[in-house]
Amino acid sequence: MGDVVDINKDLIAASSTPIVLAILAEGDSYGYAILSRVREVSGGRMEWTDGMLYPVLHRLERLGLVEARWEVAESGRRRRYYRITSQGRAQLAEERQQWQAVDATLRSVWGALASAAPAPGAALPQGG
Amino acid sequence: MMASDPMMPLEEQIDRWRSHLRRRQAIHAVDVAELEDHLREQIAGLIDAGLATDEAFLVAVKRIGDLDALSREFAREHAERLWKQLVVPSSDIGEPCAAARTDAVVAVCLAAAAALMVKMPALFGIGLETAPGFYARNLSFFVLPLLLGYFAWKRRLDPGTLRWPALVVLAAAVVANGYPFASGGSTEALTALHLPIVLVLVVGVAYAGGRWREVGGRMDFVRFLGELFIYYVLIALGGGVLLAFMAMIFRSIDIDVEPFFESWLLPCGAAGAVVVASWLVEAKQSVIENMAPVLTRLFTPLFAAVLLAFLGTFLWTGHAIDIERDVLIAFDLLLVLVLGLLLYAVSARDLRQPPGLFDGLQVVLVVSALLADAVALWAIAARITEFGLTPNRVAALGMNLLLLVNLAWSTVLYGRFLRRRGSFADLERWQTDYLPVYALWAAIVVVLFPPAFGYV
Repeated sequence: MGDVVDINKDLIAASSTPIVLAILAEGDSYGYAILSRVREVSGGRMEWTDGMLYPVLHRLERLGLVEARWEVAESGRRRRYYRITSQGRAQLAEERQQWQAVDATLRSVWGALASAAPAPGAALPQGG
Repeated sequence: MMASDPMMPLEEQIDRWRSHLRRRQAIHAVDVAELEDHLREQIAGLIDAGLATDEAFLVAVKRIGDLDALSREFAREHAERLWKQLVVPSSDIGEPCAAARTDAVVAVCLAAAAALMVKMPALFGIGLETAPGFYARNLSFFVLPLLLGYFAWKRRLDPGTLRWPALVVLAAAVVANGYPFASGGSTEALTALHLPIVLVLVVGVAYAGGRWREVGGRMDFVRFLGELFIYYVLIALGGGVLLAFMAMIFRSIDIDVEPFFESWLLPCGAAGAVVVASWLVEAKQSVIENMAPVLTRLFTPLFAAVLLAFLGTFLWTGHAIDIERDVLIAFDLLLVLVLGLLLYAVSARDLRQPPGLFDGLQVVLVVSALLADAVALWAIAARITEFGLTPNRVAALGMNLLLLVNLAWSTVLYGRFLRRRGSFADLERWQTDYLPVYALWAAIVVVLFPPAFGYV
């Protein structure tokens, strides 16, 4: 398990759409399971405030990227399941390209920085 | 945040958390259900991981996050929720939605029935133009029995409770149509004016549905009437726009719709709108803030200022009140208005609150109205023999005295409350106890005046 990194609000807001869509692309899911999956794939480095996932899901639903339905879970409780729509998959593909572009850019920048300054973190001020 | 008692069982703690969440306007019941499922799953997971139940609850609640922030996020996503929706219930809720739909269907059917009732006499050759007196006397019978039926259905009244209201309506119908009124006479006009007052009270009994004997039940009916009035005016305004628009577009194809307006749309719409407005008031009750008290707050200071200015000018100039025919009616209306302002201020007041600035203003309003009315009554009393006692004058005088007594005693009670010698509940009780008195007086006017004055 890695250390929890304090990710700023804007970055969380921007990344929540592709992350949720990607998890739903693996299969239909519900809030708690989506959050567990986020924790799992980030190796514990990303911590969302649980409640905040739901407005995000509702926004995706409003935009037509996911569909919701109520089902009775094995626990006997009613549970809201979400499924990605074809529009959602298209959006996911597009987001993926964008994030890959950002990621590639950052990687080369970090690479350039690493060769200039031998000890990152020691020479640079924290955060930013 | 949440006060948590480690001794409290988990279910109770979840109940508390849920009711906390329910209070947020932007978070609907379905969202609460979704979040609760999340919370329970989280708690179960944490207990599996070895936490004690209360610890698991605390951690789970903390992970869900600050409710204020969450509520803000929900509000941002569902901006429309901050504007309370009245007629369109959320489709996710299920059962209450079906009940609301039945209610709407019944209301619309009754409104249609009211519209048909208006046109019924025309079937028997009694036209609006040929017999305006008939329509004036029977105005209340077109609508109020249906309203009575609506509330009887809504409150599931048993036939035993309905016997009295039905009997009153029947007796009223006999009186209104059995008396040999002189056509266009003043007793006929008085009957037309006073009959609705009696029947509205009968509707009130059905509205209160067994709570009529309680102060709260009668007060609810007062609140209902205020909101009904406001909704009716709004519907009438909308109807006016519809009519104007219709006339305009039909004129463009050279068709005159005015006869259709006058004999169909206007009377049928006016009757049906009463039922529709009642249904809307019933449906919105808890959804939207009551409007009547808001308007009361707005207009109490203004009316108080006008009355004080009137009294001041009267004293300063020394002008005598010019007693014309209608001056009594004008002062009756003034008292009715002031009474309405008082009543709706009372209806919205938290009984436990200590007296404040608005209460003082209210007393100023009532006292100045009483003074103005006393001045007018004095002027009239001095010359009443000169004028003679016509039925109109006796009816107006009677109503004036009735209102005067009510307001005078209200002032006394209000004064006691301001000096902290009495409670506000006394005033509320006095106002609601007084309601049947108006109906009783109206019944006297309807039943006794025509024979006493020879049906002129």
